[in-house]
Amino acid sequence: MTAADYRAIFLAELCRIAPDIDPETVGDGDHIQDDLGLDSMDVLNLVVALHDRLGVDIPEKDYPQIATPTLASDYLSRNV
Amino acid sequence: MGVFAMPSLGADMEAGTLVEWLVKPGDKVHRGDVVAVVETQKGAIEIEIFEDGTVQEILAELGSELPVGAPLAVVLAEGNAPPAAAEAPEPALPSQPPTDAPDAAPSPARPPAPRPAPPPATDRPRASPAARQRADALGVDISTLRGSGPGGAILLADVEHAAPGRPAAKPSPIEEMRKAIAAAMTRAKRTIPHFYLSETIDVDPAIAFLEDRNAGLPPDQRILLGALFVRAATLAAAKVKVMNGHYIEDRGFVPSEAVNTGVAIALRSGGLVAPALMDAGSMTLAETMAGMRDLVTRTRAGRLRGSEMTEGTITVSSLGETGAEAMTGVIFPPQVALVGIGAPHLRPWVVEDAVVPRHVVTLTLSADHRVSDGRQAARFIAVFEDLMKRPEDL
Repeated sequence: MTAADYRAIFLAELCRIAPDIDPETVGDGDHIQDDLGLDSMDVLNLVVALHDRLGVDIPEKDYPQIATPTLASDYLSRNV
Repeated sequence: MGVFAMPSLGADMEAGTLVEWLVKPGDKVHRGDVVAVVETQKGAIEIEIFEDGTVQEILAELGSELPVGAPLAVVLAEGNAPPAAAEAPEPALPSQPPTDAPDAAPSPARPPAPRPAPPPATDRPRASPAARQRADALGVDISTLRGSGPGGAILLADVEHAAPGRPAAKPSPIEEMRKAIAAAMTRAKRTIPHFYLSETIDVDPAIAFLEDRNAGLPPDQRILLGALFVRAATLAAAKVKVMNGHYIEDRGFVPSEAVNTGVAIALRSGGLVAPALMDAGSMTLAETMAGMRDLVTRTRAGRLRGSEMTEGTITVSSLGETGAEAMTGVIFPPQVALVGIGAPHLRPWVVEDAVVPRHVVTLTLSADHRVSDGRQAARFIAVFEDLMKRPEDL
């Protein structure tokens, strides 16, 4: 899978756990907590969703590395 | 035989709009079953039935706005005969809906056929059956709408807003929620003599406990600091019973055996809801965490239950992991206490005669002075603080 594929998966799961976010309005550098308003429970739900979909186990210390779509697609490319 | 009526889903609720029936005549129902969905100012709420029986007749029409107490359905209790008026009970046939519309506005054309439970939505936009029905009647293409309901669902009001040539007479769902919060908070500040006690609490033991515990676990078993706060507040409320219950105008304080801890959840679209974690007192820490995740997920999807909206006995409002350090909250009536918890901040802290950096949170307990006094509030905080020192016991 390419980084673009991972970005698409990340965005799809992000919008599934936060259905009020319109994926078309999410910028590559948007921070999921500071800009998109996810709380810590939403972030955990996102990590669970990525784990279920891709089998990737993102430890808590790595959460900053999935904080934006760009960071996340890069992280997922390296770790899935 | 009993009449199942529109329940009150909050002290400030006057009416709700019936948007979905999940049962039909002839269905057996059991206490606690979700039987219908009602749109309120706080979004779509699943309403439960509180007796066992068989649905005899559906009285309320989809899309109608009904006051609290309005009859929705006739439910035949176990073993009871149908009423004499129904000469030939044919439970498979839906009854004729009442024709007297609650308002003068022309009602949309009645659907030609009985409405069975709609199939689960597949790739269609999320919308209530009533919203779809109204969209058909008004000629609105529902796929072009952006829902403003919890979870992005398209609400009846969104359809009415989008209808061509129709003045936007009704405020949007977000404005409706703002009004509901305004009513509840104004009532709280007008009727509840609040008093407040605060304490700053070292949470490094709790953070270390969670880091250690979560390190080896898959994501769905990890626990957040917020769950420790909810668990500690639940145990403190079970001990200091004067913080756990409802204040009813003509009865005074009615303590609750069960601790149903409300969890304040902010909505990105604005506003907040505080659904209760039912019987949190009997949960383990892991169950508390799982229950909170479920509440957040269902809040985002707009699928909370009526009991969760009305049966909370104390509320925890936590500012999360970043942000302001303290919050003095407003009690959610008819409850009598609210636990406000600021975000953890790194501060110089004295531990065994040395100043060390520690993560601390400031807890502020808002309590109802008609029911409790400073001593009891201090006791609640002491129990909470003690539990945060030994998180493995939570």
